[in-house]
Amino acid sequence: MKRQSMVILLNENYHVCTGCALLCDDIEVITDNKKITEVKTACRKGVSRMKGCNEPMSPTVDGQQVDIDVAIAEAANILKNAKSPLIFGLGNSTDGAQIKAIELAKQIGAVLDDTSSFCQGPTIEAIFNNRIRSCTLDDVRNRADVIVYWGADPSNSHPRHLSKFSYFPRGQERQRGWEEDRTMITIDIRKSHTAKISGDKSYQIPLRMDAEFIDALIDALSGKVPKVSFEFDTKRILELANILKKAKFGTIFVGLGLIYSLDDIEPVVRLMDKLNEVSNFHLIPMVGHYNMRGFNQNLFNKTGYLNRVKFEKGNNIDVQHGAEFSIIESLNNKTVDAALVIGNDPLSSLPLTVAKHLLDIPVITIDPCETFTSRKVKVTIPSALSGVECGGSAIRMDGEEVKFEPIIQVGSNRPSDEEILIRIMEAL
Amino acid sequence: MANAMEIYQLLPKTNCKECGKSTCMAFAVSLLSRELTVDDCPPLKEDKFKSNYDKLSDMIAPAQGASESGMVVHEDKCFGCGNCVVACPVNVADDPHGAGIGRAPTSDKVILRVKDGIVRTSNVQECRRFGKDKILCNGCIVTCPTEAIEFV
Repeated sequence: MKRQSMVILLNENYHVCTGCALLCDDIEVITDNKKITEVKTACRKGVSRMKGCNEPMSPTVDGQQVDIDVAIAEAANILKNAKSPLIFGLGNSTDGAQIKAIELAKQIGAVLDDTSSFCQGPTIEAIFNNRIRSCTLDDVRNRADVIVYWGADPSNSHPRHLSKFSYFPRGQERQRGWEEDRTMITIDIRKSHTAKISGDKSYQIPLRMDAEFIDALIDALSGKVPKVSFEFDTKRILELANILKKAKFGTIFVGLGLIYSLDDIEPVVRLMDKLNEVSNFHLIPMVGHYNMRGFNQNLFNKTGYLNRVKFEKGNNIDVQHGAEFSIIESLNNKTVDAALVIGNDPLSSLPLTVAKHLLDIPVITIDPCETFTSRKVKVTIPSALSGVECGGSAIRMDGEEVKFEPIIQVGSNRPSDEEILIRIMEAL
Repeated sequence: MANAMEIYQLLPKTNCKECGKSTCMAFAVSLLSRELTVDDCPPLKEDKFKSNYDKLSDMIAPAQGASESGMVVHEDKCFGCGNCVVACPVNVADDPHGAGIGRAPTSDKVILRVKDGIVRTSNVQECRRFGKDKILCNGCIVTCPTEAIEFV
C-alpha cells in the first residue's frame, strides 16, 4: 500500500527565525506597539535575536552621532578613496543584500570574503563541486535512521536541530522516531550536551586526532582491523563501523570541531566515498550564521568561487581567487586600506593579533546592534534586523531557500542592508 | 533536588507516628511528594531540631514551584531546544502533525510547549506522571541536554 504523505499544517501566522542557519519557519510572535513581546516555539537563541538588540546602534562618524545620510555619504567617500577596500561579513544579511554587496565589490574593485573562509568553506566547496553527497534537512527528518554529529554540539549552536529535524521527530519513514527508528552518534573531544543525549553512542577522541580516527574507521568499514595511536578500544570502532554499514539513510553533520582539526577536507571526502561504497550516507555542514551558505551560493553563482575573491575595478569579467584574499591574510599582510563590515563583529571573533589592522584603517560597519567593532570604527550605519524588521530570502544550512516577511514595520531611519548598499552605490 | 534518604537524615528518626505515617522514612517520602509539609512533624518544631527544620525547609523549597505532576523546570538551565516537546508521548499522541514531527504545536491539548525560549507546561492532568495512578514516564527527562527538567 502506498504510504500516505504527512500533512503539514502551515499556519499563515508563522514567521521565520533568523537566529541560526536552521531558519525555523514555525515561529509565532505576539507584538505590542511595534515591539515583539512574546515568541513561541523558538529557542532561547532565536528569542534573543527576534526581540532585538539590547543596545541598538546609531549612525555615527568618528564617534559623533550624525544623520544616516551623512554616514552613508562618508561611507561612500571612504570606499571611493580606497585603493584596495575589503568587504566582509554578510552572513547575517539576506540574499538580496549579498547580491548587492557583490555588485558593489565589482564596482569598487574590492576584496570580498565572509566567515566561511575560516569556517565551513571547505565543506560547502566540496558539496558545490559534487565531491560530497548532501541532502536536505527534510530528507533527514523523513528518512534518516543513523545520525552522526562530528565535532558539533547542536544543543548549544543550533538548539532545535535535534528536535525539529534529526533525532526526535517522527518522519514519513521513521514513524517511531527516536525511541526505535533512529540512532544518534556523537564524535567529539568532550562530553558535550548533545553527547549526553546520545548515551553510549558517544565517542570521545583526543584533540586533533579526527583524521586518524577517520582512517581507522575507513579500515573498519573495509573489514580490516582498525588501529589508532591513542588509547581507544578498537572494538568500539568496529561497533561504530557496523552501525554505519547497516544504515539505510545516514547523515553526518560536520561541525567546526572536525573542520578545525583537519589540514584539508580530503579525509572527510575519503570517509564519505567509503561510506557510500558500503552504505548510503549524506553530509550537511553545521553552518552558524543564518545566511552564510547563501553568501557562498550567491558568490558561486556569480564567479564560480564561494569566498576569498578580489575584483578588478571596472573589470566585470576577471576575478581573482586565493587564500591571500581571505580576511585573515588580507589583514595579516595589510593589503587592504579600508573595510566595509556588514553584520559581523571581526574584532570579537578574530584573534586580536589579526584584527588589529582594522584599528589602523578606516572601517564602516553596517549592523542593527552595537558591537565591539562598531565602537572602534570610523563610520557606523544602523540597519534593520533582517527577519524581524525587513524581509527577504536566505539559504538554510542544507541549501534550501527560505523566504520571510518582516514582522514589524520600522521607519526609514533603519533601512535594510540591501537599501544601504544601494544608497552607497548611488553615492559612488 | 534532595532525595528521600537525605530528608530522612534530617528527621528525628524516632518513628513516633505523630505525623500519621508509620515511620520517619515514610514521612520523608510523603514530604518529597508534597503530600505533607515540614510542619506536619511535631518533634521537628522543638528547639533541638531547629537547624534541621531550617535545612529541610530550604531543601524542599524547589518542590514548591513544581506543577501538579511534580515537574520542576529550572529556567536558568533550559534553552528552549524543544527536545522534550517533541519526545513527550502525550504531545505526540495529541498532536501528531505538529509537535510529533518537530514543528510548532498545533493543538491546545499538548502538555509541553516552548514560550520565550523556555519550556512551559499546560494541561498538566494529561501528563503520565499526574495523579495516583501515575506512570514513571521519563521522556522529557532523558531527552533534556541540560538536566533542566526534574520531577519531585
